[in-house]
Amino acid sequence: MNLSGLDLTCIRGGRRVFSRINFSVGAGRALVLTGPNGAGKSSLLRMIAGLIRPAEGRIALEGGDGELSAGEQAHYVGHLDPLKPALTVTENLTFWARFLNGRADPDEVTRAARALDAVGLADLAHLPAGYLSAGQRRRLSLARVLAAPRPIWLLDEPTTALDAASQDRLREVMHTHLSGGGVVVAATHGPLGLEQAGELRLGQPSDGPGTPSEISRTGTQDLAP
Amino acid sequence: MTALSALFARDARIAIRIGGGAMMGVLFFLTVVTLVPFAIGPDLALLRRIGPAILWLGALLSSLLALDRLFANDHEDGSLDLILMARPSLELVIATKALAHWVTTGLPLVIASPILGLFLNLEPAALAATALTLLVGTPALTFIGVIGAALATSLRRGGLLLPVLVLPLTVPVLIFGVAATNAAVVGPMPFETPFTILCALTLMSAVVGPFAAAATLRHGME
Repeated sequence: MNLSGLDLTCIRGGRRVFSRINFSVGAGRALVLTGPNGAGKSSLLRMIAGLIRPAEGRIALEGGDGELSAGEQAHYVGHLDPLKPALTVTENLTFWARFLNGRADPDEVTRAARALDAVGLADLAHLPAGYLSAGQRRRLSLARVLAAPRPIWLLDEPTTALDAASQDRLREVMHTHLSGGGVVVAATHGPLGLEQAGELRLGQPSDGPGTPSEISRTGTQDLAP
Repeated sequence: MTALSALFARDARIAIRIGGGAMMGVLFFLTVVTLVPFAIGPDLALLRRIGPAILWLGALLSSLLALDRLFANDHEDGSLDLILMARPSLELVIATKALAHWVTTGLPLVIASPILGLFLNLEPAALAATALTLLVGTPALTFIGVIGAALATSLRRGGLLLPVLVLPLTVPVLIFGVAATNAAVVGPMPFETPFTILCALTLMSAVVGPFAAAATLRHGME
């Protein structure tokens, strides 16, 4: 499996956020997006997810399920936690697992329980999600990623609101996903602790409307050690 | 199918839990219908004559009440992003959400209408006709309202935008709903003619609504 972006340009509200970005991530590799606020890290993730259409360029996926787009095989963990306060922790999780898997899963209960255990929310399984703290909500969002297996993970600042122990747990989970042949693309300001990660630095685009960005460059596999 | 049935179950469950919109619609319906006799006075004959129209107006306003939250809640907590990325086509996803919305808010209005009809001195035939036309007609209101809900969410404006956009589009449903009810009670028109047109309006909106709403969301959420 190889996920790549070719000459991607993003224009939001008439402003050129980034131009002619290229990247490529193979199976078992991670790509870390860095850069100042407003550099387009989230926009690039949303573009891979299929939520924003690129003004130029395209997203290509080799391998994986040929009938599905990259976004349909990806988990997207954005800034917001898609949880309903009226539903319990388990109900929230099993809904997303069912919705994202799209087929009946005989051991969805054990899978959901294991995912809750992995993020340390097993004790709160029957609590309505409205009572969770910001960090716990974040952990429940990450449990969704574990409850429905998908090869590509798009994580937008996944460590926000997480305590040190949870960040360690997240690192373990990402390592397991990568060693299983998955792909991780993460936007972050802090270190994620992934050794084998390429870095794509997004910078402020140059002033001219048509010129390619000078600072942005390719973050390909060869950047990884 | 599992994805869609999971979505239906989630939306229905949220609506009937505390803080959900299911019972609010019925209470609003009750309030509107109770206000009318205060406005026009205790003329029983007049109430009986305009009763079906009042019930239809009340149901129309009540069914639009909770609609503006249909996508707005999912938009605010980020669920809409995942729904837009879903593997089932967006049109089916929206039709499922609309169906769940109708079952939790439209259907209770249909069930409540005979009881509220008693307040308006309606005879049994009129009660049955109103309930039947509402049962057939309220899905059309929901499916038309879905377009407005998608627009209100795309434009990031809630509140009164939705009724202003949607109410004019519901005029045909209102006309044929009330016409069919009156035909059943007083005649002289046969009941079938306006009733089949009402059925056709519902079937049409069930197709057009989800497609229009899907196009709106795809375009507006970028």
